[in-house]
Amino acid sequence: MVITRKVEFSASHLCRRPELSEEENRRLYGAAANSHGHGHNYVLEVSLQGEPDPVTGMVLDLKELKEILMRQVVEPYDHRFLNYEVPPFDRVVPTTENIARDIWQRLEPNLKFGSTRLHAVRLYETPDLYVDYCGEVPCSA
Amino acid sequence: MFRVTRRYQFAASHRLHAPQLTDGENRKLYGKCNNPYGHGHNYVMEVSARGPLDASGRAVDTERLDELVAQQVLVPFAHRNLNLDVNSFERLVPTTENLAVEICHRLKEHWSATFPGEWPRLDRVRIAETERNIFEVKAHEIE
Repeated sequence: MVITRKVEFSASHLCRRPELSEEENRRLYGAAANSHGHGHNYVLEVSLQGEPDPVTGMVLDLKELKEILMRQVVEPYDHRFLNYEVPPFDRVVPTTENIARDIWQRLEPNLKFGSTRLHAVRLYETPDLYVDYCGEVPCSA
Repeated sequence: MFRVTRRYQFAASHRLHAPQLTDGENRKLYGKCNNPYGHGHNYVMEVSARGPLDASGRAVDTERLDELVAQQVLVPFAHRNLNLDVNSFERLVPTTENLAVEICHRLKEHWSATFPGEWPRLDRVRIAETERNIFEVKAHEIE
């Protein structure tokens, strides 16, 4: 069974690689390369796979999951400029893909309860663009 | 591996009527969707592509995806009558199942011109006719 909890955070970023010229960055990232950055209301859906506990009837207490999401992701990310304030984005371009992977890496070791495991991270940069990441394996259907 | 999904919208009209069936049978099968002059929807479509990260830290260049979708889907379908204005539906009933397959087919056919490398690959097309009716087709399921 898969259970999902949604949280939100607002953050600013810019997409730019220091080894590229202004023109190359502009061509690659468009307006996302603007040098003072811009922001999004990110929406994060975190899914866990597991079986309901025979006594509690829950895969994991969603309150506990929310606390982990707050501690590992929302508190460090929310109302921050990712490139300047949240490593590894001082050296990794904070594209939606890279942010999804960083969130996976922050959460994965903290979400092992019995047979319950992190299943997928879905990160919306806007309502019209989102990324699914399931670790270094092909995302299943 | 990442799956990147982009959402698009277009408004179009259609009428569900299968020429192989009688008027009575069509009426019974499709109900209001068989009304003679058709009706419209605000279709909401999600296009997903998957792949590894490239040097830019992205799995999909969404600007190129937008161009492909505009060219193959939004321009020919938006504010059109699917039965009368889109050749593919001359003989094929424009149910949203058939629409999803047609869109997926168009994207697949022109995919390599937009994305010439091994990655990203088209993963799926998901289309909502209304908020309650949603249809999804995976690229590997069709020709």
